[in-house]
Amino acid sequence: MLGFLSFIPRAVGQGIPLLFGCTGEIVTEKSGNLNLGIPGVMYVGAISGVIGSFFYENKVGENGMNGFLAIMIPLFCSLLGSFLMGLLYSFLTVTLRANQNVTGLAMTTFGVGFGNFFGGSLIKLSNLDVPTIALSKTSAYFSATLPIADKTGWFGKLFLSYGFLAYLGIISALVVAYILKKTRVGLHLRAVGESPTTADAAGIDVTKYKYVSTIAGCMIAGLGGLYYVMDYASGIWSNDAFGDRGWLAIALVIFTIWKADIGILASVLFGGLYILYLYIPTGMAHMELKELYKMIPYVVTLIVLIITSMRNRREDQPPASLGLNYFREDR
Amino acid sequence: MDNKNAAVSMRKITKTFGQDVIANKDVDLDIYKGEILSLLGENGSGKTTLMNMLSGIYYPDSGEIFIDSKPVSIRSPKDAYDLGIGMVHQHFKLVDVLSAAENIVLGLPGKLDIKKATLKIREICDKYGFDVDPEKKVYNMSVSEKQTVEIVKVLYRGADILILDEPTAVLTPQETQKLFEVMRNMKKDGKALVIITHKLNEVQEISDKVAVLRQGAYVGTLITKDTNPQEMTDMMVGHKVELNIERPEPVDPKLRIRVSGLNVVNEEGIKKVNDASFEIYSGEILGIAGISGCGQKELLESIAGLQKVESGSIKYFDDDGNETELVGMDPLKIKELGVALSFVPEDRLGMGLVGNMDISGNMMLRSFREGHGLFTDRKKPQNTAEKIVKLLHVETPGIETPVRRLSGGNVQKVLVGREISNRPKVLMTAYVVRGLDINSSYTIYELINLQKQAGAAVIFVGEDLDVLLQISDRVMVLCDGCVNGILDGRSAQKGEVGLRMTSLDAGKGEDR
Repeated sequence: MLGFLSFIPRAVGQGIPLLFGCTGEIVTEKSGNLNLGIPGVMYVGAISGVIGSFFYENKVGENGMNGFLAIMIPLFCSLLGSFLMGLLYSFLTVTLRANQNVTGLAMTTFGVGFGNFFGGSLIKLSNLDVPTIALSKTSAYFSATLPIADKTGWFGKLFLSYGFLAYLGIISALVVAYILKKTRVGLHLRAVGESPTTADAAGIDVTKYKYVSTIAGCMIAGLGGLYYVMDYASGIWSNDAFGDRGWLAIALVIFTIWKADIGILASVLFGGLYILYLYIPTGMAHMELKELYKMIPYVVTLIVLIITSMRNRREDQPPASLGLNYFREDR
Repeated sequence: MDNKNAAVSMRKITKTFGQDVIANKDVDLDIYKGEILSLLGENGSGKTTLMNMLSGIYYPDSGEIFIDSKPVSIRSPKDAYDLGIGMVHQHFKLVDVLSAAENIVLGLPGKLDIKKATLKIREICDKYGFDVDPEKKVYNMSVSEKQTVEIVKVLYRGADILILDEPTAVLTPQETQKLFEVMRNMKKDGKALVIITHKLNEVQEISDKVAVLRQGAYVGTLITKDTNPQEMTDMMVGHKVELNIERPEPVDPKLRIRVSGLNVVNEEGIKKVNDASFEIYSGEILGIAGISGCGQKELLESIAGLQKVESGSIKYFDDDGNETELVGMDPLKIKELGVALSFVPEDRLGMGLVGNMDISGNMMLRSFREGHGLFTDRKKPQNTAEKIVKLLHVETPGIETPVRRLSGGNVQKVLVGREISNRPKVLMTAYVVRGLDINSSYTIYELINLQKQAGAAVIFVGEDLDVLLQISDRVMVLCDGCVNGILDGRSAQKGEVGLRMTSLDAGKGEDR
């Protein structure tokens, strides 16, 4: 029970960045844009928040920090960073009709490079011995829990022990699921992703829907990066630490068959798989086995991809025009 | 009737694609309420483009559009809907994974209320005599159901001006009659209807007036009851067209293929060909009649080696009478024997052509095995391409234009031309003139006759019974995968063929 109680919160912590990325990518893909730039966007979302809070912390000093600003500045910077990434991707693929795969991969490369460059610069500025930036004060605000969390025993530990961004992630997934399923905007967005010609002929502004959903998706995904560095990693940025979570988020989209509400459970599951190796006893003699266990999420991803590709129900297929650009006068 | 103001007037409409393709040039057109107007023209004559400008898909380069005598600018489909114009496109614009009702309300403002929409849809259906299940998913629907959803969608938006782009191309005769019935109901209700078509009999049956387009230009408007097919054809084509299909006597017929006891079961386990036996001779055309999906495709594909055969045999005889068993043989080997198959599916680009490649590239798809060098020989396919473009009058800026940029009919000419250019021993064609205009159709009939005279055994699967009976030496009727009689093409009556197509009992008691 003890192991379980410590495992679940950690799995959730691992899962939340994936959840943000997955929800964001679902919103994007529903418009027919296959944004492979999500890993890059999450990097940019993270580093933008770090830059914002780094300068804020340095400016006012640890004692002069205001809780509201300490949260709002990185949050705003992060959203702005991923907004710009989304805008760039949309401009390239929707307006200039560049190939989506190439654009997405370039954005990932760019985003990771952008993160590492500015991360490296800030590390230089902070003149520390270790190659990291520590924003522990800001992180404290981000990971603050409700005061009752500690007093409610296992319930508090399982459900209340997370910073506000984790709940925001779950709420955004639920909201996205509701919008897609129940509202006219959702119906239109699905139509755009399935058949832009149809949507266009029905009087839906395809370009607007693609732009808005792609940018909104990027902003949601960017928050995953912010959560990772500010809450999960306790405000410590080191280059490349975010790893391949962005790719896992994209794989999760397929796993959840483009349903954001399923994404909540799926991301916690994958978050758990990600850290499962820490909980499988190997003994000191066979540490190498741990490295094998680290492969679990990737092996599961592969298996999941194989299984999902065998699904035949028409509703479970990707949006029909996923990855294709739309040009009205194309014959 | 002429004193009335036109619901829509188009004046001097011009539209070009790129620099070389002129789709419409100085077109004038008037559409009246309570009337059905046929828009007639050959493939690529700009009928669809013209109507797309009314429905907001394209925007004219120059010219004016008046609705109820007021000048308007239609920049998007939404503008068109606001003006009461709705178009049912040839390629349906429906989202497969959504239900009929969801598709119908797509794009409308306001809160999403499927229940209320369903009621209104039922109301429209009752008024005009449609048959639609609002909850059915589109991917579960037949072509005619989809078309009905499209029409209801347009009416749901309150359109008074309806444009139907080749609505009958994909329908069975019965479904066509049902559609015409609905169209007449709409006409009675005071709607203005435009039907784009190139089928003259339909023009005569349904429309009040005919507007003719030729190579993007407006030729004139005729009152339907005062004209005849010959006049319309001449206007459409611009020169005299002989509306007779030749049927030369077979010369020196020799047994080419003998099919005996053929059974084919498809992937879903349904028996598609049931104990079929027949022979086909060189120098003759064997027409195959049947309601679509009655095993025609499976039959041809088993001869071409593309279909798994349950039982039975297909023997091929060469000029010296040596026999070869085709069942179980590699399709490539069968092709080398000179057995060619050109099957034109509903979606023309779906089978046989690569949309992004140009005409000569598509020719190469058939000829690339002939080359043995490291590099491809581009010269020969280019020659073939040029020959086909000239022979079949393919409307294209050049043989380097990607096939998908050509209009539907022209795409098809390329597909058929390629099969014919191979000088096959056995030529199997299915629906070769599907969607083709009258001039191109006759060109293709001529080409098929040429193959016949050159000694090819031709199997001709067609939809139009009149044509089938005019061109075939023998007509084989398929009904539910069974051979329901083989009739002599010269003496067979349309009524009898039609009866045999629908009822297995009709063929009983007599054989061959």
